[in-house]
Formats: sequence, C-alpha cells, structure tokens
Amino acid sequence: MFSGFSLFPTQASTLAPEIDNLYLGVILITAFFAIVVVVCVTYFAIKYRDHTGDKIGAPITGSVPLELGWSLIPFVIAIGIFVWASIVFFHIVRAPDQTLEIYSTGKRWMWRFQHIDGQREINELHVPVGRAVRVVFTSEDVLHDLFIPAFRVKADAVPGRYSAIWFEPTRVGEYHLFCAEYCGTRHSGMIGTVYVMEAADYQAWASGGGATAGGTLVQRGEGLFTQLACVTCHLPDGTGRGPSLAGVYGSQVTLESGETVTADESYLRESILMSQAKTVKGYEHIMPTFQGLINEDGVAALIEYIKSLQAGGNRVASAQ
Amino acid sequence: METIVYEEPTTYLNHQHSVASWLLTYDHKRIGILYLIVVTFAFFLGGIFATLIRLELATPAGDLFSADVYNRMFTMHGVTMVFFVLVPAVPAVLGNFVMPLMIGAKDVAFPKLNLLSWYVFTIGFIFTVASMILGGVDTGWTFYTPYSSQGSESNVLLTGIGVFITGFSSILTGVNFMVTIHRMRAPGMTWFRLPLFIWALYSTALVMVLGTPVIAITLLMLVLERGLHLGIFDPRLGGDPVLFQHLFWFYSHPAVYIMILPPMGVISEVIACFSRKNVFGYSFVAFSSLAIAVFGFLVWAHHLFVAGISPYSALIFSFLSFAVAIPSAVKTFNWTATLYEGAIWWKTPMMFAFGFLGLFLIGGLTGLFLASLGLDVHLTDTYFVVAHFHYIMVGGAIMGYFAGLHYWWPKITGRMYNDTLGKLAALLIFVGFNLTFGPQFILGYLGMPRRYHVYPPEFQVLNVLSSAGASILAVGYVLPALYFLYSLKFGAEAGANPWKATGLEWTTQSPPLPENFRTTPVVTEGAYAYSKREMRVA
Ligand code: HEC
Ligand SMILES: [Cu+2]
Ligand SMILES: [Cu+2]
Repeated sequence: MFSGFSLFPTQASTLAPEIDNLYLGVILITAFFAIVVVVCVTYFAIKYRDHTGDKIGAPITGSVPLELGWSLIPFVIAIGIFVWASIVFFHIVRAPDQTLEIYSTGKRWMWRFQHIDGQREINELHVPVGRAVRVVFTSEDVLHDLFIPAFRVKADAVPGRYSAIWFEPTRVGEYHLFCAEYCGTRHSGMIGTVYVMEAADYQAWASGGGATAGGTLVQRGEGLFTQLACVTCHLPDGTGRGPSLAGVYGSQVTLESGETVTADESYLRESILMSQAKTVKGYEHIMPTFQGLINEDGVAALIEYIKSLQAGGNRVASAQ
Repeated sequence: METIVYEEPTTYLNHQHSVASWLLTYDHKRIGILYLIVVTFAFFLGGIFATLIRLELATPAGDLFSADVYNRMFTMHGVTMVFFVLVPAVPAVLGNFVMPLMIGAKDVAFPKLNLLSWYVFTIGFIFTVASMILGGVDTGWTFYTPYSSQGSESNVLLTGIGVFITGFSSILTGVNFMVTIHRMRAPGMTWFRLPLFIWALYSTALVMVLGTPVIAITLLMLVLERGLHLGIFDPRLGGDPVLFQHLFWFYSHPAVYIMILPPMGVISEVIACFSRKNVFGYSFVAFSSLAIAVFGFLVWAHHLFVAGISPYSALIFSFLSFAVAIPSAVKTFNWTATLYEGAIWWKTPMMFAFGFLGLFLIGGLTGLFLASLGLDVHLTDTYFVVAHFHYIMVGGAIMGYFAGLHYWWPKITGRMYNDTLGKLAALLIFVGFNLTFGPQFILGYLGMPRRYHVYPPEFQVLNVLSSAGASILAVGYVLPALYFLYSLKFGAEAGANPWKATGLEWTTQSPPLPENFRTTPVVTEGAYAYSKREMRVA
C-alpha cells in the first residue's frame, strides 16, 4: 500500500518545474493569510473568552482604513498571482514552432495514438526525451480529457473539434496517462502509460516492427487523397475547381465572409468534414462533405499530407 | 380542592395539531419545519451515498460495487446534496423560519406562494428519488453533454425533470424573500439596521431569481435534446457540446453563492452574538454580499479553462475569479476583527462558527489555485477540485447551516440541547472533515482524476486517510440528530432569549406565537447594539 507513495508528482517535462514553482509560490502566499487569520481567531477566542455570557464586548464598529487595507492589499497580491499564473498558462497552451506531431482519438474507453511514421498504439504512448511533442486529438463519442500528470498538461477531447497538448519530456521513464473528463462506465479504466524513451530508442521503435506496413501518415494521406478524389479538384498548381492546398497549412485564409482564419489542424479538419461551415473566398461551395466517409485516423492522415505540401507544390519531408 | 390548570402558552406548534394543519399551513415557521424535514432526509440520503463512495475508495480496486453502480452513486450524491440540501438548507429552512421574525413581520409577503414553493420543491425531490429507485442516473451532477444527451443509458430524463421542477421553488422563494425584505420590515427597521443575515438572504434571493431560470432552460434543452435529438449540443448535427457547459455554469457558479452567502449571513449573526459586539465593518460585510452576488455571474467560464475556450477569454475569466475572491476575504477579515475585544462566550453555535472560519478559509484560498490559469490546467478535474469545493460547500455551507441550526434551535423548538454534546459534534465534524478532504488536495496535485472508480495503487494511502476521516465525519453528523431529537422532549426550557442576544426574533417567546409578535415591534437601534443596552437576562 505504501509502495510508490509520494507527496509530490514526478517532474518529467520542461513545463513541470514551472508549474510546481507557481504551486509552491501560491502555497506560500495563501499560507501566510491562512496563518494570520487562524492565529488571530485563536488568540482572540482565548484572550477574550467570557464564561458567563453576561459581559459586553468593546463598542467597536469598524475602521475604513483597515477595510481599505485588507481589500486593496489582497487585491494587489491577487493580481500578482494572476499575472504569474497567466504567463505560465501561455507557456502551456502555446506550443513551440518545431514539434513532433502525434494524432490521437479518445473513444469510450481507450486512447488511440498515431505517429507520423505510421506506428499506431492503444493506451500506450511512446515519445522521445528532449523533443517537443504535440498531441493533436479529438473524441469519437463523448467528452474525454487527455491528462499526463507527470508533464502537468491536460485538455478536453471534444467531439467535432481538435484539441492539443504539448510537452517536452525531460526524463526517461513510464508515466500515467489518464482520462480526466468523466465519460461513463469505464472512465477510470480509460488510462494508459506514456513511455519516454531515449531519442535513438524512439527512432528504432517508431520505424521498427513492421508497424509501418501501411506507410507513414503522409503516405497514407496521399493514398486517401487520390482514393477520395480530392486530387480531382485540388490540383497542385491551383487550376482545379478547388484551391491548391500547397502551403495552405499555417497560412491566413480569407473566407467568403471577408474574415480571415489561420489554417491550423482544426481548420483543415473542418474543411474536410464540414466543408459547408466555411467557404474560401473566390471559390464556389462545391466541395462535398466527407463526414461519415473518413474516420478520425483518415482525417489525421489527410491533414498530415496537406501539411507536407509546401508552397510551390513541392513535397517536403514531414514535420521531423 | 381546586386543581390548578397550568395553561400552556399558545405557540405556532401547539395551536393546531392535525396533519392538514401542517400540510396546508401558510405559516412561514411551519413551512420552515417542512423544509427541515425534507432537507434532513435528503442530507442523510446524500450522506449514505457519500459513505458508500468512501468505502469503495478505501482500496484501489473496484471491489465493492460495479463501475456503473459507483458512477450512479457519486452522481446521486452530488445531485441530492447540491439541489436538495445545499441550495435550500439555509435560505429555505432557517431563512423561512427566522427572516420574518428578524425583520419584525408577521409572515413573508406571499404566504401561499411560500407553501407552493415547498410543494414544488418536494415534488421535484420525489421525481429525483423516483429516478434513483428506478435505477439512478450516472452523468455526474454536472450533466455534461454529449454524455448526458447521447451516451448515458440511465434515467437522465427523470432526474433532469426533477431538478428542473425544483428550480421553480428557488425562484418563488427568491421572489418572496425579496418582496418581504422590501415591504414587510417593522417600523424603524431601516436597511442599515437589518441584521446581516437579511442582507445575505436578499443577495441570495437576487441570484436565485436571476440565475435559476438559466439552469431550468438548460435542463429543458437537455431533456429535449435527449428526447427529440434537436442537435443543440450534438456536433454531428452542427451543435456544440461545450455550449452546455457555458449554460450550466452560468447558473451553477452563482449557485455556489446561493449555497454560501446565507451561511455567511448566519456566521455574522453568530459571531456578533457570542462576541457581544457589533459586526466589525457592518456596511462592508453587507455590501460584500451584494458584490459577490453580482460578480458571481461573471466568472462561469473558469470551469472551462481546459475545455477549449480561447486563451484570451480564459485570461478575463481568471482575472474576474480573482476579483470575486476579494469580497469573501473582506468578510473573513471583518469576522476576525469582530472577535477583537469581544466578550466571547464559547457556546455550541460559536464553535461551529469557528469551524466555519477555518474550513471556509481553506476552501476560499484553494480557490485561488484554481483561478490561476497555469495551475488550473493541472488541477482541474482532479481531486484537488473535489477537496476545494467540499471545503466551501460542506466546510463552509454545512458548517454555517449547523451554526444557524444550533443558534436558532431554542427559538424554533423552545428547548435547549446539550451544549457539551454540541461542542463535541462541532469538534468531530471539524477534525473528520479535515481528515477526509485534506488528503484530497495532495491526491489532486499528484494527479488522481475525480470520478474514478478504480485508481492506481500509489494513491491508496491518502484515500484510506480520507475514508477514515469520513467515518469520523459521519459520527459528527449523526450526533446532532440524536441530541436535537432528545431535546424536543427532555431539553430544558429555552425561554425567549437563551443567548441573551439582540435581534427581534429573540424578543418574542420560544417557540414563537403563531402570529410571531403580540404587537408589531418598533425598531430604534442597529442590529447588534450590545454596547447600548442593559443586558436583559431571560
Ligand atoms: C468537388 C471538388 C472538391 C473535392 C472532391 C474536394 N474539394 Fe476540397 N475544396 C473544394 C473547393 C471548391 C474548396 C473551396 C471552397 C470551400 O472552402 O468550400 C475546397 C476547400 C478545401 C479546403 C480548404 C482550403 C483552403 O484553402 O482553405 C481543404 C483543406 C480541402 N478542400 C480539402 C479537401 C480534401 C482533403 C478532399 C478529399 C477528401 C477534398 N478537399 C475534396 C473542392 C473540392
Ligand atoms: Cu473519461
Ligand atoms: Cu465556479
């Protein structure tokens, strides 16, 4: 029962120390206030105790300077915590530019992961140490939440849209992976293990064992792109009925409504599954909806393929 | 020889005896008692679920119940405790009983509406209990879509309807209280002579009236979505599952204040009485209640920081959540300052008030952790949150409710309970509570997610501590039931004012007359004028 018992979770990502420092900082600040109040209450309760119930307290009604003091000082301190915590938050939600992308889908009650190299795994996630990893994920049914305590990151998996977490593992080892959003019967069984490996071990794992039989994610995406006849409209030189998809990833797309949006994974996903939602300026809305025709794994492959198409129509090696 | 017949004084309890005289009463005091009965029943029901949950969690494996049973249990624990205990406990039980007495009124503004509120509440509760008997519901008390609208195979409809109905009793009570406080105050009872409990009830009524319709609509949408597949929350039909969370928390965050503001009001009363002093900074305490009620409506999205809202809106909601903590801090400092140079009488209600201060302090301060964006990502949906809101809801609200119950019990029943046992109960609850929920903060930071039926073995030590604490807590909660019941028959006569307190409710006999006061009282001084008066010894 005591094996593995600890009071503090392992720090296994670059974010973890930052969050732990914030945690300790807030503990110190709040403990200070807690101690002041507890000491005062205890001291007054004992010092001014009256056993008879017949005495009367001093006729004190209040003090405006004191009220202002104990409103403003905590307020200023609260703003301090707010700023510190918000800075940390933006480190958590803003992934660095170069990340290793992994796609994942939550489904009652398991997590599926797809690596760029084509490896797929369930309830296990292999990642290299010292490399920023970004997990892009969604849900196929209800809400889930991908939570890795050792990395101090989590985000809800919401059906119909992509969420992402990023982390840079700092320590080789095995860590828990939990579903943190209640999802029904076996919610507490929707757990897994993150294996942080040396970079070389990860390379060997990712390319080994016949796992890449279906090809890399990009190759699979390319296959689907032809199979689903995307190629007939999306010609690389832009002369087709649809816009060229080369270089679209990460670019600013102007929509029919005049709005501009950044073409991130969520946008690409929506363009494929719910093309009616947004229409690119200058094009007619003729693209069919692929909802129900491709599964989440297929969508991920298509997106990786589109991402690999760089401006000018040249293919580049995927995000590696 | 002549036999002397001692005539028992007429009270609201003995002037009519039939069951109908209770079930058809318009008397706010009797309605308060009716609420007390239902709320107490709900509290024990919710408590049984809690006990079973803690029993299951004593070991990492799911050895006592199946996953489905466990999931139903924590859901029904939450639903019962939130909607049928925490929301009604202080306003509907204590507020109903003492509010008109405290402002010198004969009754609330709309006595019939008041009775209707109780019926609506009870019918809602019957629906909910029926849904439990028919197999229960397993969505969590938060009813998140799309699990509740498509995934769950449990009685979501029936429970949803039950909670929906109950909401109307909140709205009616809120309206009734607001009008009563505006229109029914005794001559001389100006706004700034009102006891702070009345200010708290007024602020609460505001939230009840403005917030409850939103949860009602939300639950209605859920019921329609589940029944008719309208596609409001279903992404495949163009709906948005996260919309539900916005709507749900738009009510349910302010609902936290429905649960905590009235107990805060109770604490002001109790601390003033047992320190024999004015509440320090009366108007700051009064207005902080209003500030909390208003700002409480602007922070709902702090429950959605990892649900995919934009990081910039997260910034705003985080900031506002810090801001809303300030009025609570102000109250805490004022209560502490009230003790300074008081004449502190250590009676049971005061012990509960001390307990409240300690637990609410921890609950409030740990709220700052969750308002901190960078920490919330790690902490949300873990046991840290479970611990935090139990410190507020149980440590704060229930402790305050018990303080109030012990404070006004002599007024309600005319009898004294055993003070030593009362203090023992307060101590057991305080110790048991900290042992139950303290370890859960650590569990949460370690990463144990909430609503887990089975968990990794390294979390067992802390879970065992928590379960052990829960058993102490259970004893602490059962004890008052025993000595309260005992006091009904064997307790010493309380007299009109056993605590030698100020306040109009203490000027009338205990238990009060059916019409509260023989003549309408006239108020000439502020609420806690201890220093101005000769001690009237009852
Ligand atoms: C019938 C022709 C047609 C087919 C087939 C088609 N598309 Fe499109 N697609 C379009 C048109 C036209 C647009 C621009 C108008 C709009 O956004 O609806 C577009 C827009 C897009 C966009 C957004 C591009 C941007 O510049 O913002 C993406 C991504 C996309 N398609 C991917 C695909 C994929 C992947 C497939 C195959 C699964 C596919 N399309 C099949 C016609 C087509
Ligand atoms: Cu889950
Ligand atoms: Cu909230």
